[in-house]
Amino acid sequence: MNLSSQLRRYPSRRTVLGAAVAGAALPILGGCVTGGGDETTEAASGAKTTDNPLGVPDKTPLEVVIFKGGYGDDYAINAEALYKQRHPGATVDHKGIQKVGEALQPRFVADTPPDVVDNTGAGRLDLATLVGAGKLTDLAELLDAPALDDPAKKVRDTLLPGVVDDGTFDGKVQALNFTYTVWGLWYSKPLFDKHGWTFPTTWDAMLALCEQIKKAGVAPWTYQGKYPEYLNDPLLAMAAKAGGPDLVKGVDNLEPGAWKQAPLVDAATAIAELAGKGYILSGSEALSHTEAQAAWSQSQVAIIPCGSWLEAEQKGVTPAGFDMVMAPTPALTSGDKLPQTALQAASSESFIVPAKAKNARGGLDFLRILFSTTAAKRFAELNSTMPSVAGALEGLTLSSGLGSVKTAVDAAGANTFTYRFRTWYAPLAKAVDDATGELATRRITPAQWSTRVQKAADAVAADSATKKYQR
Amino acid sequence: MTPTRHGRHRFLAGAILPALALYAVFVLSPYAQAFYLSLTDWTGVSGQVNFVGLDNFTRLAHDPLFLAALRNNGVMLVVVPAVTIGLGLLLAVLVMFGGRRGSAIRGATSYQTAYFFPQLLSLPIIALLWQFVYHPNDGLLNGLLRGVGLDSLARTWLGDPHLALWAVMAVLIWSSVGFYMVLFAAAMGSIPTELIEAATLDGAGRLVTLWRIVLPLLRDTVQVAFVYLGVLALDGFAVVQVMTVGPGGPDNATEVIGLGLYRNAFTFSRFGYAAAMGVALFFLTLTLAVIAMRAGRKERVELA
Repeated sequence: MNLSSQLRRYPSRRTVLGAAVAGAALPILGGCVTGGGDETTEAASGAKTTDNPLGVPDKTPLEVVIFKGGYGDDYAINAEALYKQRHPGATVDHKGIQKVGEALQPRFVADTPPDVVDNTGAGRLDLATLVGAGKLTDLAELLDAPALDDPAKKVRDTLLPGVVDDGTFDGKVQALNFTYTVWGLWYSKPLFDKHGWTFPTTWDAMLALCEQIKKAGVAPWTYQGKYPEYLNDPLLAMAAKAGGPDLVKGVDNLEPGAWKQAPLVDAATAIAELAGKGYILSGSEALSHTEAQAAWSQSQVAIIPCGSWLEAEQKGVTPAGFDMVMAPTPALTSGDKLPQTALQAASSESFIVPAKAKNARGGLDFLRILFSTTAAKRFAELNSTMPSVAGALEGLTLSSGLGSVKTAVDAAGANTFTYRFRTWYAPLAKAVDDATGELATRRITPAQWSTRVQKAADAVAADSATKKYQR
Repeated sequence: MTPTRHGRHRFLAGAILPALALYAVFVLSPYAQAFYLSLTDWTGVSGQVNFVGLDNFTRLAHDPLFLAALRNNGVMLVVVPAVTIGLGLLLAVLVMFGGRRGSAIRGATSYQTAYFFPQLLSLPIIALLWQFVYHPNDGLLNGLLRGVGLDSLARTWLGDPHLALWAVMAVLIWSSVGFYMVLFAAAMGSIPTELIEAATLDGAGRLVTLWRIVLPLLRDTVQVAFVYLGVLALDGFAVVQVMTVGPGGPDNATEVIGLGLYRNAFTFSRFGYAAAMGVALFFLTLTLAVIAMRAGRKERVELA
């Protein structure tokens, strides 16, 4: 979920890159491991003033590395121009690249990293590993600095719910995520209107609606079967709403038996029900995300689970008047601990300031500028995507999809949740994906699903070589 | 030693040493480092490396994903070279001896060109094309089956754990069979015609000539083909990565060692562990090559 969303959006590049990299992997890593230097360079700093609260040194160059993926890098160049205005005399070295990990891995090993990095994309560096190796600057000072547009507020208070948490490892904020992604179920409003369907808010109503949809000759659901994690999102979201924040925490903290809790098994049962009643488009389990989403865009299917990047991703293939809308997942039971409007939300596009950066102060101030309302609004305009800065969408004309995302975020208020195990324990994430893929094809039962995943979670908990995190 | 000979040595050394140095730096030393890294817990982002002895290899022996990969690569190792070589020989024989009176058929070259064509495409592109062929709803394969009334045979080829590995192997075979056909045909072309004529004069039929004369003379070529195809079967990374669910799925049905190595290094940031996988793969490939070369040595045909 949160960070891995970037990963699944670009499978074609990942695969091509993968083929190339795997062959060359050993030579590359062989070459750089021994190159690490021990010298400690003290980062430059300047005097702290009201105008310069983070003490950026005068006329010190700033090196920015941006992942140039779906969002391009114009928004960053825009923020760099603002940086130069604020720090006359400073030069900014901008690099918009796609293989962030490949380019920066040797520089992290050698302790000569850039000053600020957008560590995103299929080839990004594993954040938990960077944190574990002590390679990142604690961002607390930035969060407590006055916001650029409204010095009465701290940067911390201008961010949407969950953003600070998403970058927190062991109580320290190590990364700040720039985009805000929410997950839900998507449908075409005109299609629903045409048939007189209303989007259900409870699971029972969902099953009843699916029966109607099927009768109308449309497949009720599909999912991006090649990457079963897409189907985890509604499953885990329904479980989180039914079980509340404690369930999410228990899962992330690898508590014994966490995956055997009733809400998780019930949510797995709900997904298995869809498959069992023939409500999932046949063959979905082998479709790539583009194929499944294309079937949905052509109205062969009514509902698809996805994150809020869907509208931008489908831009080229969405027929006119399709008017897609995102709805929160239905409530599993009448006794759910979170309201039905609660959303699975997480920030991504993570920005980091390396611990050994030459101009770490400049890196922090760059982030203060990037996370200002002005720069975030510019990003939203350029990319039709919600930044993680509150109020960045105010006053903009929004498309159907992005408008529905904003409505959902406003309705959820503070009721957002996100699982952290995906970023913390990648092997567990894979085990959950595999199990959910099997569940959706009814090759395993919901009980077997929870047993399998629990076993994988226990294995991670028992593995002394994996660093553990708590929330 | 005459001055000229001395000069020649110097010239040879001057020509070879830079190449050897490049080879040592870019081929041998990474291998040596990979061996060293496989004994460490290197994460890939830190200069700090802890020596963990054979821990990584002990883990490998208990890693269900690695064991699944070994099993799948094992199946591929048995199936892919055997079927590819079998088909390649069959096609080569048909082209070279399928014409009248055992001569090459008309347009043999154009057949060879057509069969060779997949070799011109890179493996990820082939995998992408075949992903469309296997598409459960709009794919060519299921469309064909439905078109001829065999609806019950239509499957979600890549979504079914019992079929996915076979679907992947079919692609590997499809992509390489043309090359080996051309290779075998060339080898057949170099067999002296007198041998064939002599056999015919002795009254040997087509099948007998093929079995007793042609195939034994191809042994060396087949042996080389086996080693290459064995290496291909021990890899399979690109096709699996592009085509399969997960990738490596469904439910690890198509997991291969290369994929596990890639995932551990670049997704899980366990470079030490990934290096251990690489070392394991290195020894597997080496063993395969040695066995294949040894097996062929015994029965060499004497032409004299």
